[in-house]
Amino acid sequence: MKKLIALLALFGACSLAAPVIAQDKAAAPATEAKQAEAKPEAAAPVAAVAAPAAAAAAAAPAPVPNKGDTAWMIVATVLVILMTIPGLALFYGGLVRAKNMLSVLMQVFVTFCMISVLWVFYGYSIAFTEGNPFFGGFSRLFLSGITADSTAATFSKGVVIPEYIYVAFQLTFAAITPCLIVGAFVERVKFSAVLLFLAIWFTFAYLPMAHMVWFWPGPDAFTDAAAAEKATAAAGWLFQKGALDFAGGTVVHINAGIAALVGAYVVGKRIGYQKEAMTPHSLTLTMVGAALLWVGWFGFNAGSNLEATGTAALAFINTLVATAAATLSWLFFENMFKGRPSMLGGASGAVAGLVAITPACGFVGPMGAIALGVIAGALCLWGVSGLKRMLGADDSLDVFGVHGVGGIIGALGTGVFAAPILGGSGIYDYVANKTAADYSIMDQVTIQATGVITTIIWSGVVAFIAFWIVDKLIGLRVPEEQEREGLDVTSHGETAYHM
Amino acid sequence: MKLVTAIIKPFKLDEVREALSAIGVQGITVTEVKGFGRQKGHTELYRGAEYVVDFLPKVKIEAAIKTELLEQAIEAIEKSASTGKIGDGKIFVFELTQVIRIRTGETGADAL
Repeated sequence: MKKLIALLALFGACSLAAPVIAQDKAAAPATEAKQAEAKPEAAAPVAAVAAPAAAAAAAAPAPVPNKGDTAWMIVATVLVILMTIPGLALFYGGLVRAKNMLSVLMQVFVTFCMISVLWVFYGYSIAFTEGNPFFGGFSRLFLSGITADSTAATFSKGVVIPEYIYVAFQLTFAAITPCLIVGAFVERVKFSAVLLFLAIWFTFAYLPMAHMVWFWPGPDAFTDAAAAEKATAAAGWLFQKGALDFAGGTVVHINAGIAALVGAYVVGKRIGYQKEAMTPHSLTLTMVGAALLWVGWFGFNAGSNLEATGTAALAFINTLVATAAATLSWLFFENMFKGRPSMLGGASGAVAGLVAITPACGFVGPMGAIALGVIAGALCLWGVSGLKRMLGADDSLDVFGVHGVGGIIGALGTGVFAAPILGGSGIYDYVANKTAADYSIMDQVTIQATGVITTIIWSGVVAFIAFWIVDKLIGLRVPEEQEREGLDVTSHGETAYHM
Repeated sequence: MKLVTAIIKPFKLDEVREALSAIGVQGITVTEVKGFGRQKGHTELYRGAEYVVDFLPKVKIEAAIKTELLEQAIEAIEKSASTGKIGDGKIFVFELTQVIRIRTGETGADAL
């Protein structure tokens, strides 16, 4: 009987999933043909003059970006910028004491600016050009060789987007990740130490992780089995292993969460930690920040599809429902164990859900997303209370408890809920041009765990060495009297509120 | 002359002001203050961190009055500020040796 039900469920899941994939694939050639008509001057001019659109598409030597995809990626990139400035800055800012408000806003704001510049200098090249499985090459240093006509591959054969917007989209990911780490050592860290540490960590932890997980030569290289083998060998180390990370569970959240935990240990506790009240000075701003994060996250997750297709819509609805479920879950357990549901709990639950759905958003179904959200809401609540007490570090804004724990749940959960039997989309085979028939949850979770452990070790070691270097060069903390007076006045010479 | 200082619950301020006006008190000074008495504080929980908030927000009102108004003023404050629950506050009465109206230079009871 059980077998029968499982069979029925499998059949149901497959029949549900199949049309989605079929639509997705059918859409690609259609849009290509359309755009050949719409923008002939950008396509090869000779081909455009030729009468039938189908013939033109066949003869066209290089694919041209679709206007819809390009427009979507510009919007998605702006949304991710919205996540960091102002979203994350306000989320974090509201959680510190009023005397340190501006220092947090500054740390996030300036880190974003610094990484943006480093990204176009060398970051993009190291992360997204071919090198070895751990580090990319230097062919795109200072964005050399990129023009307005350059294109970047997407996840569909023959579909590309302008490389400049791909660079910018990936820039926003590279910029928000170091900003997340800031939350672990606010209210006591030197401004210059934050910037130097994050520049080192970005170079030796973020860039290689992004390369390991996301770099591949693009779907067009996967023409047959032999070509696929060659193309896979050129990809990043974890990509080769088959790790699934749609929008950055490992690269962004576990990566940042681990560096944050190391930072909390190395920088040390705030003066008066657990003796004096360190209450958030404005949960109103924290709620505003969390809400902006949620809105921006649609660009982060649905944008990671790189095309305006059905999978982007899938990532969109997953980002919506997983977050809602995680908020409810956090509040339910908070009310049960602590007596009251809190606004900070609601905002934290939402972020936990967003983190957990990030690696999974393009692979799981909406019910899988809700399950992931419920698990993340409950376990991240433990991450910021029970686990935090066990770890004993002053991870001030719970970067590890939310992003580290949520990221690990998301990464492992992706392996479970991506299974077609659980409503997921399975793994797409670019040689056969269809979803692979077999999907083993155990195997995939093992691969996901490899990704998680790699990230933990890599990020942890790099963060530790980077903190050590910064400590020796300029020191990590401000003097005690400056910490007591507040970093706004002592580090930045201004005050957030005059009332 | 007497100086009457009362610590009351913040949401009772308007009622107290009206009651004092009604008996002819010409002016009061109001300050937002924090403190503790028998009411004690409460606990606040932010994620894993629990804080005991010892000092609760209260309002302090000060009124300089003629001695003959004292009993009425005390009664007015007592009645208007009372909820019957713990934390309603206290009234303190001080001797007032001199009052000067800055604009006219009047002194004593004339300046009230």
